Amino acid sequence: MALRQFGAAAAVTVALAFATPAYALTEIQWWHAMSGGNNDIVNKLAAEFNASQSDYKVVPTFKGSYPDTMNAGIAAFRAGNAPHIMQVFEVGTATMMSATGAIKPVYQLMKDAGEPFDPKAYLPTITGYYSTSKGDMLSFPFNSSSMVMWINKDELKKAGIAEIPKTWPEVFAAAKKLKAAGHETCGFSNAWASWAHIEQFSAWHNVPIGTKANGLDGFDTVLTFNSPLHVKHLQNLIDLQKDKTYDYSGRENKSEARFGSGECAIFLTSSGYYATAKSTAKFDFTSAPMPYYPDAAGAPQNSIIGGASLWVMGGKKPDEYKGVAKFFTFLSDTNRQAKLHQESGYLPITKAAYEKTKADGFYEKNPVPETPLKELTNKEPTENSRGLRFGNMVQMRDVWAEQIEAALAGQKTAQQALDEAVAKGNAMLRTFEKTAK
Amino acid sequence: MEKSVVFNNRLLPYLLLVPQLIITFVFFYWPASQAVWQSFLREDAFGLHSEFVGLENYQSLFADPSYYKSMLTTVIFSSLVAALSLSIALLFATQADKNLKAAGGYKTLMIWPYAVAPAVAGVLWIFMFHPTLGTLARPLRWMNFDWNPLLNGNHAMALVVMAAVWKQISYNFLFFLAGLQSIPKSVLEAGAIDGAGPMRRFWTITFPLLSPTTFFLLVVNVVYVFFDTFGIIDAVTGGGPAGATTTMVYKVFADGRLGGDLGGSAAQSVILMVIVIALTAIQFKYVERKVQY
Repeated sequence: MALRQFGAAAAVTVALAFATPAYALTEIQWWHAMSGGNNDIVNKLAAEFNASQSDYKVVPTFKGSYPDTMNAGIAAFRAGNAPHIMQVFEVGTATMMSATGAIKPVYQLMKDAGEPFDPKAYLPTITGYYSTSKGDMLSFPFNSSSMVMWINKDELKKAGIAEIPKTWPEVFAAAKKLKAAGHETCGFSNAWASWAHIEQFSAWHNVPIGTKANGLDGFDTVLTFNSPLHVKHLQNLIDLQKDKTYDYSGRENKSEARFGSGECAIFLTSSGYYATAKSTAKFDFTSAPMPYYPDAAGAPQNSIIGGASLWVMGGKKPDEYKGVAKFFTFLSDTNRQAKLHQESGYLPITKAAYEKTKADGFYEKNPVPETPLKELTNKEPTENSRGLRFGNMVQMRDVWAEQIEAALAGQKTAQQALDEAVAKGNAMLRTFEKTAK
Repeated sequence: MEKSVVFNNRLLPYLLLVPQLIITFVFFYWPASQAVWQSFLREDAFGLHSEFVGLENYQSLFADPSYYKSMLTTVIFSSLVAALSLSIALLFATQADKNLKAAGGYKTLMIWPYAVAPAVAGVLWIFMFHPTLGTLARPLRWMNFDWNPLLNGNHAMALVVMAAVWKQISYNFLFFLAGLQSIPKSVLEAGAIDGAGPMRRFWTITFPLLSPTTFFLLVVNVVYVFFDTFGIIDAVTGGGPAGATTTMVYKVFADGRLGGDLGGSAAQSVILMVIVIALTAIQFKYVERKVQY
């Protein structure tokens, strides 16, 4: 695999060497995982930047899915051939962070290059994910999303549900009504099982996933998401799965079509589903904040983000870093960010871009993209809701989802499943801690 | 005077062996030794720190119940895939061997699936059997059959077995057909004259004469299910639900490539390599005795 990727990288390098005449341009390689319409946006951004000045040239390259891109970057780094900028999804954050020497922290980059940079200009719920506990920004937020509840308004009306449910008990009651009104196979459901029921659930209820501020304050963290509240929630899902009032939809987002086709009228998934929903749903839909348990103290708190950020790889020339810094300044421009947010459905990364979109009256006509922002900024983030940063997170998510699946299939009680998810996760954290010294 | 038919040049035979040895070394011994070496290391994904930890990767592997579970899953998965793909291919090959009018077209169609990449094959089966997207899953649900590979481990296993079998039938078919066509017609005719029915002719004449082909295919199929199926599993179930379709090779892929645990993954591939070498040795030592060449 590594060999093949190396071969592909070599081929691209050779092709580029022949394609570009010998300008005095400094080239900046940008590897990303944005496909389809988002790929066009990435190419457009690079082209705009290249046209805006004559010293640097950003060359975006699509490298496949998020894990593929990350693996390609790691393989390239090991071969001494890493790109300047690499897009990494949020669960890869700890891996990147621990790679001291392999990466160049963004705050350092901006300082060295003398670019104006105020970390406070960015939305804290987004940058918190990518910053050290001291507030130093390590990677540059690019495309962020959060989890929201998608609502099929037509079906809710048909089932006699007057108001969009706000709490979990209300969702359960609504799902039962929907089921009675013909949605026999799905009262409600969700994509991204562990993101929905462990990660976002914990932040939204202000309960910790693990110690040390969910790992943000150090890798010697211990998982704690087998609390009574977590157990109660999973037990509710187990009970409702029996007659499909709740119906499990898998670990990833392949099953988002269950909402688009009208099968599930209540569906939790990423706010990034907006573009797809717009083009596929033939009914009146909207998004609403995630539900919460009203008896949980402090709920709802604020949600955490998903999506990806841009990491700058280490060991490049100062001039190249200067170009990267200029590119980040270019991306942070308020008008550009506001447009990007409105076009792509991703969150605006700066406060100013959010304010501008609000002031322009965009949300009055399109309230759906504002839901994740309302969730993220619902309250000032706490230790439990700043974000999460666990080593081996990509693998750990699968281990957690396995336990949720075993519980929903009736093989385990909620308590057993969560205890085991925590125990297995802790073992993986200890392994990671040893490698990430 | 002594007349020798052997090479007098002591160097030449070794020289003639060199290309073969180089290829074997570069493509087998070198990577295999790398895997063995890596299994003694603990390394981060970027290769910035690595530390010799001896047998620790193996110890933690054998202390992990999910590893034994993946072994059991592998046994079930590989026996089902090998048995089904061999028997179905044999059935198809015997049919194609008959004097069909459109035999050429039939054979071509049979061989096509072999050209499909495993991941693509996986996606194809998702489109048919995904509980929501699947074109064939909906009729199943209408018939009140609660088809749910997302939560039901047996359903998920059935799905990956079908995909893996479907992918392998073409290859087996090709070899069985070639084997069948090399069986002398006169022997079969003699059997028929002696009054043996088609079934009896098949089991007493055709099948024993096919045994070298069957044996070869058995070895190839075992290697296939052990090493070549992670693409299908990754595309169809991702090893779920609850680890029900996590075979040993998928675990190597998931832990190493997705999880970045290179040492643990290398240890697993070393174990897998040992198992397959052992299995192949057993096949050659015991099963081959029953083969009539």
